[in-house]
Amino acid sequence: MHLSVDSDRCIGSAQCAVTVPSVFEQDEDGLSTVIPGREDGGGEPMVREAVRACPVQAIVLKETEGV
Amino acid sequence: MTDTLDEPQTLADGAEDAPAYPVKRTCPYRMPPGYEELREKGPISRVTLWNGRTAWLVTGNDLGRRLFPDARLSSDVLDPRFPLLAPRIEAQRQQAAAPPLVGVDDPVHARQRRMVLPSFGIRQINALRPEIQKYADGLLDTMLAKGPGVTVDLLTEYALPMPSAVICMLLGVPYEDHHYFDERSRHVLSSSGEEQAAQAQQAFTEILAYLDDLIVRKQAEPGDTLLDELIARQLEEGKVDRQELAMIATVLLVSGHETTSNMIALSTMALLADPDQLAALRADESLMPRAVDELMRFSSIGDMLMRVAKEDIEIEGHLIRAGDGVILSTMLMNRDPGAFERPDELDIRRPAGRHVAFGYGIHQCIGQNLARAEMEIALATLFRRVPTLKLAVPAEQVPVNAPFVLQGVSELPVTW
Repeated sequence: MHLSVDSDRCIGSAQCAVTVPSVFEQDEDGLSTVIPGREDGGGEPMVREAVRACPVQAIVLKETEGV
Repeated sequence: MTDTLDEPQTLADGAEDAPAYPVKRTCPYRMPPGYEELREKGPISRVTLWNGRTAWLVTGNDLGRRLFPDARLSSDVLDPRFPLLAPRIEAQRQQAAAPPLVGVDDPVHARQRRMVLPSFGIRQINALRPEIQKYADGLLDTMLAKGPGVTVDLLTEYALPMPSAVICMLLGVPYEDHHYFDERSRHVLSSSGEEQAAQAQQAFTEILAYLDDLIVRKQAEPGDTLLDELIARQLEEGKVDRQELAMIATVLLVSGHETTSNMIALSTMALLADPDQLAALRADESLMPRAVDELMRFSSIGDMLMRVAKEDIEIEGHLIRAGDGVILSTMLMNRDPGAFERPDELDIRRPAGRHVAFGYGIHQCIGQNLARAEMEIALATLFRRVPTLKLAVPAEQVPVNAPFVLQGVSELPVTW
């Protein structure tokens, strides 16, 4: 999978960073970003829950082939 | 019974079966009478407001989570079609400009939210935890010094001044002034009586005037708080004018008081009524973050979130027409059996799940990280330091707020 955050949509509720702090963090503006190197979700089972928890659907999850 | 091939149902199609709304809670943290029936009718039904108007009531968790982010549903309180829950709010609206953040749509909302967002981040809030702990301990020192066997109002002694001191600190309001706001913000958000309608408006105006004056003082003598930062980065750069900034600060200050204090009070009541859960929480404070979210779900203090449809929306066999009022019931969404097992039971070990007690969509509570930190610290400290805490009156005698304001109690007599 490949994760990204649409920063135009993000409202900085931090739901993702609270749900999976090893994959998402907040930048200085309070908006969420994917921690560099963790775009594949780092094998975290809660990543999909974080995607669902986002109140504005700002997390983009693309399924990738293979691993 | 199914009529999926028929025309979608409009508001008028079921106006005769639209119960009066909102309904006063009998127990401050449980569903009011009539909610079981509304839940059965879900996920969307009709209710009748005080002025005879029919509005949509969204009660299903899935449907609500689809509608909350829908840009066709507006928070524009100045729209004359915006649904209001009580005459006093109508009166207030005629005098005031739209409250920033909560009463406006994007792009105005997004601009305002991004101004204040950096101060409410997880890191920034976690850095405040030691200060929050200090306030909690200081207030309990004072309360406990009154001695065991006395009756005190937990709201006045602890649940209200704690979040008040914290939001004042965050904004940069001098601590010695925070009592000024306790009472006034209470009037704004939780006043219910007829004569209090004017009081609510006056309290809002007074807070606004105070903060406007504080901004002027801070321009002359800058500090390092949220307000100072907004002055330096927004006001002096010409991105916002002083009036709008004072309004934003007022909304943050008022919202930071009442919400958390009501949650602390209702959580205390709910846990005291459930000794097993309270014992589990006392035995293992690491359960606290999850317990706080469950208490938020369970009591859903900001139950009714209103919107007005700006365009027609066809959804699940219903046609929400442009101009219709839509009320999203967070309490019913949070007690939807399709989203939560045994929804009417408090279970502090329940996985966080998808409660909407902080709202959902672009207006989801900006202060939720702060609120969580305050509730975790307030409840853990209270139950740790006052192991024999109990209500001083029977629970059913604790006065419950009016149905059209933030849910809570107007006093909470306790003893230990």
